[in-house]
Amino acid sequence: MRLGVQAASQPGAQDASAGTPPAVAPSAASAQRSVRSEPLICARGLVKRFGSIVAVDGIDFDIYLGESFGFLGPNGAGKTSTMRMIACMSPVSEGTLRVLGMDPAVDGAKIRARIGLVPQEDSLDLELTVLDNLIIYGRYFDIPRRVIRERAKRLLDFAELTDRAHSKVDPLSGGMKRRLTIARALVSEPDLLILDEPTTGLDPQARHLLWDRLYRLKAQGVTLVITTHYMDEAEQLCDRLVVMNDGRIAAEGTPHSLIERYSTKEVLELRKPLGMTGVAERLAGIADRVEELADRVLLYTDDGDAALEAVRLREFPYEHALVRRSTLEDVFLRLTGRSLID
Amino acid sequence: MYNVVEPWGLADVQGARTPPSLRVLAYYAYAYKRTWRSSVTTSFLYPVLYLAAMGVGLGSLVNHHVRTVEGVRYLTFLAPGLLAATAMQIGANDSMYPVMAAIKWIRTYFAMLATPLKVRDVLIGHVAWIAVRLSFVATIYLAVMAAFGTVRSPWAVVALPAAVLTGVAFATPLSAFSATQENDQGFITIYRLALIPLFLFSGTFFPVSQLPGWLQPLAEATPLYHGVALSRMLVLGDLRWWPALGDALYLVTLTIIGLVLADRTYHARLVV
Repeated sequence: MRLGVQAASQPGAQDASAGTPPAVAPSAASAQRSVRSEPLICARGLVKRFGSIVAVDGIDFDIYLGESFGFLGPNGAGKTSTMRMIACMSPVSEGTLRVLGMDPAVDGAKIRARIGLVPQEDSLDLELTVLDNLIIYGRYFDIPRRVIRERAKRLLDFAELTDRAHSKVDPLSGGMKRRLTIARALVSEPDLLILDEPTTGLDPQARHLLWDRLYRLKAQGVTLVITTHYMDEAEQLCDRLVVMNDGRIAAEGTPHSLIERYSTKEVLELRKPLGMTGVAERLAGIADRVEELADRVLLYTDDGDAALEAVRLREFPYEHALVRRSTLEDVFLRLTGRSLID
Repeated sequence: MYNVVEPWGLADVQGARTPPSLRVLAYYAYAYKRTWRSSVTTSFLYPVLYLAAMGVGLGSLVNHHVRTVEGVRYLTFLAPGLLAATAMQIGANDSMYPVMAAIKWIRTYFAMLATPLKVRDVLIGHVAWIAVRLSFVATIYLAVMAAFGTVRSPWAVVALPAAVLTGVAFATPLSAFSATQENDQGFITIYRLALIPLFLFSGTFFPVSQLPGWLQPLAEATPLYHGVALSRMLVLGDLRWWPALGDALYLVTLTIIGLVLADRTYHARLVV
């Protein structure tokens, strides 16, 4: 499927004819290598304060063309504040931020002209139709109506909303509204798509459909910046990510490298009897590391089955045991001492 | 540097063809598609009902007792005042709940601000739309007034921009106020303490000279008094330059003060 959505390989180059977009980002990979020295987004010592509250506390990151970059962290970690600064909707309190080579404080409108934002809270016009929402939004970018209609066809197809084009937004499901918000953010053919918790509040089926669509965009070379508190989302969609906690970056890397660095290959999860104490001592020596949660014990080891055997030999009274691979959730737990979703 | 060659081969975005605040205005016009029928019907029925009930009905009683009010029949006296009062109501309505909706309920302003539009574009576009709507309504109102035979001068044409000005003079300070509100409770207070008293005591239904002496200067200091006075002078052709310019200047000043305040409160609310 062809979409009118591409990461322009040069800032000055958009498709020459609206109706026929070029093959999408033909050289995203090579472009990514060639511009490695010049990130699309660059933050140094970035701070966001609200009065005396420090939401973002001096973070550094670089995001490159064609990359899918994630901010993983629990609610209140500072992800949304960071996104709003990148989207030039919220002024930087301290530090430097460059987006597409420009300073948001000076060239906010120019940067926003090249960004697509999918905010955490939908801001669709519920009384207007699906198509009208796209047209209105495209007009904000001063794109001619004719061009918007042309793009809208493809975007509605992409968002699986073609048959709802003329229905009002209000009765649409949460998943449909999210997909429309994404389609709307793409109507300006942005160089950069920012998604703030794109799947929060959606049912599993709607989430998977959305992931599939984002995966297609990624495959077409669109640069994605995603925040999420779902580790599976981060693992599926992000080439590279930072783990945020309390306004700071706790770690950075690819999902795989983070797991390798901060966790073991496997995890043995034991559901422990209620009110049991002294668990760590009873399990000492079995695994590289033991984490005790309210209801479960996690044993980090490279061989989960062997660990389970050892647990059985010690006659530890678990209710249920599960051997699984390490995930970003384990990385987060290791780095912050708490789970992603409380 | 940002220098996108637009695929449709026209000016680059920096030399955009549609001014940003007009794009905002276009949104409201678009959204109006869904309500214009009921809006036009109301705009037509409102003056017909008011002029029939208050002007003709109540007016016959008034005429019976005092023959004329400020030298004209009661209906003729009332109609231009109602025009100004209606403009106030529309200007006020459209700058309270819709602003709250655009900030909190539908979040339209935030959708706009994620695009190249700036806070000032959003504000000016909204106020411009209110002015457009006011001119629709005032046109219908003047047509109904003409049908009732209350228009006495060609200057009545200028009563149209005067009504728009009256409405906008309420819209800009109230937009500034609305942008500071967390819920719609404050709007109810505005209605009770400001709009309803103004509607009743600003010379719309009876000359301010009928008020107790100490209240007259107070009534004459309100914006609606000036809107009503201006409207009445123009529609009745009783034009005296000094008070007319003074009234207009008062309303223009209020509009500008409102815009300056709204620029501040909008920034404080929308850019955090």
